[in-house]
Amino acid sequence: MSLDVAARLRQGSLDLDFQCEVGEHEVVALLGPNGAGKTTLLKAIAGLVPITDGHVRLDGVLLEDSASGRYVPPERRSIGFVFQDYLLFPHLSVVDNIAFGMRARGQSRSAAAATARDWLERLGLARYATDRPSALSGGERQRVALARALAPGPRVLLLDEPLAALDATTRVEVRHDLKRHLDSFAGYRVVVTHDALEAMTLADRLVVMENGRLVQSGTPVDVAERPRSRYVADLVGVNLLRGRAEAGAVQIAGGPRVAVAGATSGDVFAVVHPRAVSIHLAKPEGSPRNVWSGRATGMELLGDRVRVRVEGAVPLVAEVTPAAVAELGLHTGREVWTSFKATDVAVYPA
Amino acid sequence: MRREKAPPLIALLAAIGAAFFVVPLIGLMVRTPWADAAGSLASADTLDALRLSLIASLAATAVALVFGVPLAWIYARVEFPGRSVLRALTTLPMVLPPVVGGIALLLAFGRRGLLGGWLYDTFGITFPFTTAGVVMAETFVAMPFLVLTVEAGLRSMDRRFEDAARTLGASRWTVFSRVTMPLIAPSLLAGAVLCWARALGEFGATITFAGNFPGVTQTMPLAVYLLLNSTNTESSYVLSLVLLLVSLVVLVALRHRWLGSA
Repeated sequence: MSLDVAARLRQGSLDLDFQCEVGEHEVVALLGPNGAGKTTLLKAIAGLVPITDGHVRLDGVLLEDSASGRYVPPERRSIGFVFQDYLLFPHLSVVDNIAFGMRARGQSRSAAAATARDWLERLGLARYATDRPSALSGGERQRVALARALAPGPRVLLLDEPLAALDATTRVEVRHDLKRHLDSFAGYRVVVTHDALEAMTLADRLVVMENGRLVQSGTPVDVAERPRSRYVADLVGVNLLRGRAEAGAVQIAGGPRVAVAGATSGDVFAVVHPRAVSIHLAKPEGSPRNVWSGRATGMELLGDRVRVRVEGAVPLVAEVTPAAVAELGLHTGREVWTSFKATDVAVYPA
Repeated sequence: MRREKAPPLIALLAAIGAAFFVVPLIGLMVRTPWADAAGSLASADTLDALRLSLIASLAATAVALVFGVPLAWIYARVEFPGRSVLRALTTLPMVLPPVVGGIALLLAFGRRGLLGGWLYDTFGITFPFTTAGVVMAETFVAMPFLVLTVEAGLRSMDRRFEDAARTLGASRWTVFSRVTMPLIAPSLLAGAVLCWARALGEFGATITFAGNFPGVTQTMPLAVYLLLNSTNTESSYVLSLVLLLVSLVVLVALRHRWLGSA
């Protein structure tokens, strides 16, 4: 049993060509930069955007298939969709919003209203039942939108940037609730986000999407440790290098050789955590095998550490303490040396 | 808004422009025989005309809603060859001299008209010189106002609400009736009121297509015109004032739409 999607379509400047299978046991986060096609993919799964080439198969049943021309319209797919800005119907009360899906699927007015009220009780929003959605706060709207999508009992739950419309404080609280609902939902779950933390905390598996293509798929730990694109590396805050491995080193294309431990060969990614990168004013003499000169081009305070961007043979980010910055007299534009040990480089096939 | 003093020439021309509208209205108010107003209104002919006007204009609005809203939906949502031509044709009555509209209706639905002949021969139905003909003439002239207003409303609404409804299991008809229509309710109301006001004031197409028979096709504007040319001129002032009041009420009801909050 799975939700199986293979979709090719063009929409404006987006060229989507994506394949992915979602199991029932996992929460999948679709992660990617703006314009990567995440929302379009969700809409294609829901049947709101037609697929030029490919299929959507749910529990072995074809919902859409370009080969046979089969197309099940959105209203007959068992899919709950939580839109980015929720799209609660402004002309209906909160309870009628939640009852809408059950009414549309043929339940009686009283049965639908009773179930909708149960949902509101559970969400602690019963006092707003007869209010319009505009009377609710952002976090409350998010919960109502989730309840509205879940109330008809869909097989699939699609969430498009469910927390993006919220302020930072509300987000933490709502994320906790959302996690609970996702975990208790029996069916296929896909969450679209461009926030790494959101993806890591909500999902069991990350699927990274860039320019309409799948770039990487794996557990949050796997993706964080072995990023396969600059976007993911930046997202999880590590230095990503790409080159050819040969005899204890990785030759960066058009760049320096990076000494690494262990034997690998072929096209590889090399990851260095900024914590492992040291900064020196003079060329260091010591055990680190990778020593490069460069220029500090940016500094950013992050909690109790400072991330220093160094442009050199390859751009690197080093993480040092504010005390070190003060002692070295570091400032942007300053010539520096960077070093890291071969044993601090993680290498894996590209 | 920044306060500004108007240059004398602009102020003068603007004042003349405003007076052009205000003076006739004052004239109407001043010359209305208030003492006999109740009597004029209560006369049998006047009451007939008033009743007929209300019935016909409301019926025309209902017909315009039934056929105009789907037409507006098609214009806003469906692309088909010749759409802009058809759209221009169906909004033509907004600029067409109403009397021309009346003649065109006669040629189509008159007893010897394109469709009228067949309708009469087959079903024995005639439209000219009947109350139904009044409704037709008013609908012909007034419906474009509704179609254009509703189409604009449909174009400017956030269609993603319709997407949301469909993912919740709503059929296309349910989406239309439970989501689209309520969301464009302000446009719907504005279009209907505009259409009704236009139908209420209709003169040219009505008198051409439906004639001027008291109790059957003589609406308020027709009665006003007739009274003006009779010995009972002052009654026409009273009726005019009634129509003026109706227009004023419509304008006030819609002021947020066209006059802003000013």
